[in-house]
Amino acid sequence: MTDNTTVPVLPILIAKDFASDQEPKWCPGCGDHAVLQQIKNVLPELGIAPENIVFVSGIGCSSRLPYYLATYGVHGIHGRALPMATGLKTARPDLSVWVGTGDGDALSIGGNHFIHTLRRNPDLNVVLFNNEIYGLTKGQYSPTSKVGLRTVTSPSGVIDQPFNTAALTIGSGGSFFARAFDRDGKFLRSILKSAALHKGTSLVEIYQNCPIFNNGAFEAFATPDNKANNTVYLEQAKPLVFARGKRGILLDGFQPVVVDLDKDGISTSDLWIHDETDINKASILAHFADDHSELEEPLPRPFGVFYAKTRITYEEALIAQINDAQKDGVGTLEQLLKGDQSYEIK
Amino acid sequence: MTDTKQKTRQVNVTSKTSVSVLFAGDSGDGMQLTGTQFANTVAIHGSELNTFPNFPSEIRAPAGTIAGVSGFQLQFSSKPVYTPGARFDVMVAMNSAALKANLKDLHRGGIIIAGTEGFDEKNLKLAGYPEGVNPLEDGSLSNYILFPVPILQLTREALKESGLSSKEIDRCKNMFVLGLLYWLYTLPLEGTFETLRAKFQKNVHMAEANIRAVKAGYFFGDETELFANLGRFDIAPQKQHGVYRRVTGNEACAIALTAASKKAGLKLFLGSYPITPATEILQTLAKKKKYGVKTFQAEDEIAGIVSSIGAAYGGALAATNTSGPGLALKTEALGLAVILELPLVVINVQRGGPSTGLPTKPEQSDLFMAMYGRHGDAPLPVIAASSPVDCFYATYEAARIAIEHMTPVICLTDGYLALSSEPWKVESPDNLADITPHFHAPRQPEDPPFLPYKRDDRQVRAWAIPGTKGLEHRIGGLEKQNETGNVSHDPDNHELMTRLRAQKINQIADSIPLQTIDNGSEKGDLLVLGWGSSYGAIKTAVEQAIEQGYNVAHAHLRYIHPFPKNLGEILGNYKKILIPELNSGQLIHIIRDTFLIAPEGFSKVQGVPFNEMEILIKITDIIKELQS
Repeated sequence: MTDNTTVPVLPILIAKDFASDQEPKWCPGCGDHAVLQQIKNVLPELGIAPENIVFVSGIGCSSRLPYYLATYGVHGIHGRALPMATGLKTARPDLSVWVGTGDGDALSIGGNHFIHTLRRNPDLNVVLFNNEIYGLTKGQYSPTSKVGLRTVTSPSGVIDQPFNTAALTIGSGGSFFARAFDRDGKFLRSILKSAALHKGTSLVEIYQNCPIFNNGAFEAFATPDNKANNTVYLEQAKPLVFARGKRGILLDGFQPVVVDLDKDGISTSDLWIHDETDINKASILAHFADDHSELEEPLPRPFGVFYAKTRITYEEALIAQINDAQKDGVGTLEQLLKGDQSYEIK
Repeated sequence: MTDTKQKTRQVNVTSKTSVSVLFAGDSGDGMQLTGTQFANTVAIHGSELNTFPNFPSEIRAPAGTIAGVSGFQLQFSSKPVYTPGARFDVMVAMNSAALKANLKDLHRGGIIIAGTEGFDEKNLKLAGYPEGVNPLEDGSLSNYILFPVPILQLTREALKESGLSSKEIDRCKNMFVLGLLYWLYTLPLEGTFETLRAKFQKNVHMAEANIRAVKAGYFFGDETELFANLGRFDIAPQKQHGVYRRVTGNEACAIALTAASKKAGLKLFLGSYPITPATEILQTLAKKKKYGVKTFQAEDEIAGIVSSIGAAYGGALAATNTSGPGLALKTEALGLAVILELPLVVINVQRGGPSTGLPTKPEQSDLFMAMYGRHGDAPLPVIAASSPVDCFYATYEAARIAIEHMTPVICLTDGYLALSSEPWKVESPDNLADITPHFHAPRQPEDPPFLPYKRDDRQVRAWAIPGTKGLEHRIGGLEKQNETGNVSHDPDNHELMTRLRAQKINQIADSIPLQTIDNGSEKGDLLVLGWGSSYGAIKTAVEQAIEQGYNVAHAHLRYIHPFPKNLGEILGNYKKILIPELNSGQLIHIIRDTFLIAPEGFSKVQGVPFNEMEILIKITDIIKELQS
């Protein structure tokens, strides 16, 4: 590098610059279209040249994502997007590596890779399209399907307990978990941006409607009234307030409790203040989605960044070790071939 | 092979050309360490040698039992040796189980050095001898030269002032044996002292105690009357001048991958999951950070190979190493690497199968899996290494083919090659073939569209790696349209792409050397066609058969897919083809299928390598039959 070297100025890109020449082949009305649009909206905001971005995916409807983006992309095999992305990021830390995956791909066939990737924490942006169903194979229940859901492979209703993606992520040592919703584009975009800016594995679970095989799975959070009453949007350092500002959440010990703000003299300053660096609070938030029929008031479903805490990434730690090993110089081919226990026969 | 006798001090020193020694004892007796140290000394002394560690898959099988016996066999010689010896001349038996397990492979008239403490009532019972029977005392070993030595007692006496605990002292008994063998073969001690001082850098007492045990063993040889009649032996070092190192097959594979990355100007990435007997490749590469090597210990075999495919997509020399059960798990991902047309080296260290099988024992039974073990029509190159040192050259060649032909390559070694070692004359970087990756250049907006699956006349596509401006493209496991790489379900296109992928592999035959005859005449009665680790046994057997006047030749395959172009012609030059394999007959199927000929197979599936005697007998039987 000489003094005259200038940093290349990136051309101003817009969302459509990130659209490939392939027409998306998802069903009309599929939530995947909305997620694709928000990814295309976010990418120009990151200031990364398209040739330095790679989308990696596994198998399933959502895993077709790379084909529709004008970046580098590789569509792998079922469940294995995360190790493929880890290998790529480890070999090429200069790249921005994204993973498109689904609830079957990431949590069933790829479940082992899911937990191990999170604990290693390579700098990946993982977009998990959760539609609580197998779409591409036509409607079998998935590891996030609700108990009782009747599908072609559970004609009498699902009997296995679904995974709690948030709890699984946090329990696996993940450094970032956020939940978003396909229908709330603006919010999804802001979450995707937070995920992209987080250094480490950022896991974004997107509730995504499958209009063909599991239509209305997220209806409880969809209509304006449902959204107001059944969801709570997390904002850093802000109290947990929902129901159009009428209700809030208190922490009674470890127990979250829904309270009416105009009753009992409770003000917003008494409420749970969101702290995305607090893993204990993040764990409690993760379990809002559990069955809480014992509570008087059901807990709303949290959306937003549950947990974000930066720690060293896998590739940073590896490169630090390599740099340390090379502090007295990079090994040469001669040294390699000779080894350190050679002997001479005279 | 007694050449000369001369008298030095009290005992005779007899010159011999070669000797095969087995160190055998309980898994906890330190026999691998003793054997390795003895091999190092012999190598540095300048002898030719070949080693074979043989141990159970359990880390500590029940002490004293046959299942717990661990052995280290080596042959050292004044002339080139290719095997650890069909039978051994000398056996160190630290206990009765070690004797019982290995006696059948000791030459009649061979030497037994038996640690008498391992032949007490308890050990004899554990080894399964009937009550009251002790082979050291009942005359059953009268066909051998037996030396009962109270190894443990002598070690304890030597180290009673050492300040070590009695447990620590007892663990030095293998060093006593080492010293005794150094005396017997007139070998120098200093190299071992240096090694021990380096090993126990932080524990000087331990280092000195071990050194004292080595010396005690050596002086015991000198002082005792026991060996007066036998005398000592000298194997004259005959190796050519030069700088050498000793490598195992697994180490050689690791060095080769690193060397190939340096030569190709690429970064090396190894995605791997520990599996016997392939793990040392990962372990060796994990220590090569000075050379910029990145190793990734994955959560499973699948993540091992898939992470490597990700690294290959990013432009690294990517590799994964495994053994049979692991290769089975990797097969889906191999199909992906085939259709993506990315370079990838897969080293498969074969072991006895199926299933967990014999994890620490060699076999050549993964050839079919390497050749055909994928879904869909998914051909890929298969090459095989023939000796520990050859693991370097085979792996290097696998990397060259992978990178220059944009394909996954399977390189087959086995548990015998992986753990055995040989001296290797240090290779010069200039002697290594150039490796040239064909990266696609950046593209300007006005340039014609980028076609990821456009091929050159070898049917090879260019490597278009992320970060290259103007080449943004999407590829995947779905069948792709010719040239554009876009997803295509077109029937004719699928057939075309299937044919092109196969043709690319077949055309590799244009860039590999022709098959040569290793030994023997170019036409004749019998050709022994081998592959992999049976090289040494076949080589030795054919040499001996030729010496005895038989018309026999030896050819050894490096390239199994595609075959060298002249292989069919060579096979036509002999009346009979013999194919020895450590499986129930796999190469023989491929040869029959390719050349429509009827070779004779010779199978061995016992989890142990061929020995030269059994191949020699087979050769002479066939030729006698041909002549009758």
